Amino acid sequence: MSTDTGSGPGIRAGSGTQADQEKNRRARRVLFGCAAVTVLTTLAIFFVLIDNAASYFFGARFTELLLGASPERTVTFTEFFTGTRWAPDHATPAHGALPVIFGTLAITFGAAFVSIPIGTATALYLSEYAAPSVRSKLKPTLEVLAGIPTIVYGYFAIAFINPVLIGPIAAALFGINIGRYSMLSGMLVVGIMTIPMVSSISEDAMQAVPDELRNGAYALGATKYDVSLSVVVPAAISGILASYILAVSRAIGETMAVSLAAGFNAQLTSNPFDEIMTMTAYMVSMARGTSAVGTVEYQSLFAVGLLLFLMTLVMNLLNDWFKRRFQEEYQ
Amino acid sequence: MSTPGKSDTELFTDIDLGWKHLQNRLFLGVIFAASMFGVVMLALLLLDVATDFYVGLTEFNISLTDFLTRDGSRRAEGAGFRGALVASLMLMVLTAFLSLFIGVGSAIYLEEYAPDTRLTRLIEANLANLAGVPSIVYGLLALAAFVNGIGMGPILLAGSIALALLVMPIIIVSSQEALRAVPDSVRRGSYATGATKWQTIRRVVLPAAFPGIMTGTILALARAIGETAPLLMVGALFVNRMPYGPLDRFSGMPTQIYGWASEPSQHFIHLAAVGIVVLLSIMLCMNGVAIYLRKKYETEV
Repeated sequence: MSTDTGSGPGIRAGSGTQADQEKNRRARRVLFGCAAVTVLTTLAIFFVLIDNAASYFFGARFTELLLGASPERTVTFTEFFTGTRWAPDHATPAHGALPVIFGTLAITFGAAFVSIPIGTATALYLSEYAAPSVRSKLKPTLEVLAGIPTIVYGYFAIAFINPVLIGPIAAALFGINIGRYSMLSGMLVVGIMTIPMVSSISEDAMQAVPDELRNGAYALGATKYDVSLSVVVPAAISGILASYILAVSRAIGETMAVSLAAGFNAQLTSNPFDEIMTMTAYMVSMARGTSAVGTVEYQSLFAVGLLLFLMTLVMNLLNDWFKRRFQEEYQ
Repeated sequence: MSTPGKSDTELFTDIDLGWKHLQNRLFLGVIFAASMFGVVMLALLLLDVATDFYVGLTEFNISLTDFLTRDGSRRAEGAGFRGALVASLMLMVLTAFLSLFIGVGSAIYLEEYAPDTRLTRLIEANLANLAGVPSIVYGLLALAAFVNGIGMGPILLAGSIALALLVMPIIIVSSQEALRAVPDSVRRGSYATGATKWQTIRRVVLPAAFPGIMTGTILALARAIGETAPLLMVGALFVNRMPYGPLDRFSGMPTQIYGWASEPSQHFIHLAAVGIVVLLSIMLCMNGVAIYLRKKYETEV
């Protein structure tokens, strides 16, 4: 970031003619306007979500409430956060969001269970063990995994993971006939797609650990195993944790893969072969139907969206904090 | 520490390093296997798509020419990808148009003009947060603000606004990197001739950073073309017709693939596989162009 007066000591941008200076000032204002658009986007997201979610909870939009509309409790927060039946679009509606919140958390935890150990191990292998020739092939291959659209992962889940990988196992070991969707399939596919996030960011953090630390440990007679786990991982821990948080944040907001893998049945279940519904899958199911503006199901979309946005916001802020700590350590 | 009378070799003979070495080798085996998990899954995914593509062409008699020249249909036998393909290409052009100027403008402001104030830091932090907002939330924003808010309806323009907002942070960050890669000596040389800041940026810095900016933009657009969730929220599902302009209703490639993949019929599943092959091929081409530009740029500097 350079200051306005020039980027080097004692060297300033030329002043030019009066007209040139005016042009420079105008350009600066226009460019600032561009940057302001990004802040406006965030504000617009907040406003739109809160405005519409307000009509779900209080029967009137936030803007209408400000103008003096009297709020009425259509859906109470108690029902929203503790109710165990989620069917806002049903003939006898129920507004307990617990099943969809559970769905999102279950997929997130399950995916983290896949991506965190495998991603960390991959990062350790790439950073500490792999020969340069192996590394130069393995790294771009894993990056391809990150570039594949989520809809393709969804297809992979519904056409392969669920019927070919999980189905026969469920039938042989537990005698369960699984349907088109299963919680386990969602966990697995979201886990796979977040591996590259963990591995590449963790590896960057491990690579940033100065070699002096490794050499010091080798001098004491440590093996590569000792160095990896007792020196590199602790030294790179804030970068590694940042990668975990990023992966979790992505899993929370993941939409297409989970809706094609885990399904649309909002229920609290501990059976991994059952169909469940995440918050994002609920939004997709609403998009598939025809929910007119002003209906409760249209408004519920924004209540769920607001909750999702807040969950990922917390994760992003946490990630930012870890990243900054890591930069302070080695830069 | 050393015991008098014993040589160094004798001193260490009672230390058994066998377990240490075994432990190290076992660990290497485990983490190598873990690294291969991702590779195996990628191979399985590509293999699955390729087999379904092949089976679709042979057993379900999906003709590639019909597929690319027909629009979507409720009947699997008559369904094609033309409408979705055209919609996605139009979406990409509109998204590029909407996001490029604002994105590059923001990057120039942040890199060249912005003073180190609290406001600047807020803009930077906000950018990092925007990059982590789930794509479906951008869809909700477009749905409430444009589709219903100002009464646009579920049209292509609304979809591309959602995509433009989604890729904006990516374009800004990659453009910032491209601008940062231009050495300061170039700027100072320009100032020495008496050029103003804006003259320097427009005639010296931007041309030098241009290939880098284009590379980042193409990669961002390649990501945009595969995004499904924002388009779904805007209402791009169950439209079979080809759009004729930005104000038409539409269904892009990913939404069409989603529609097919969620059908129970096997014929539709295989149509989805053929669609995925088309989508991935286009993304591969875009990435190829980006890599070519980057290579060319690297050799120039």
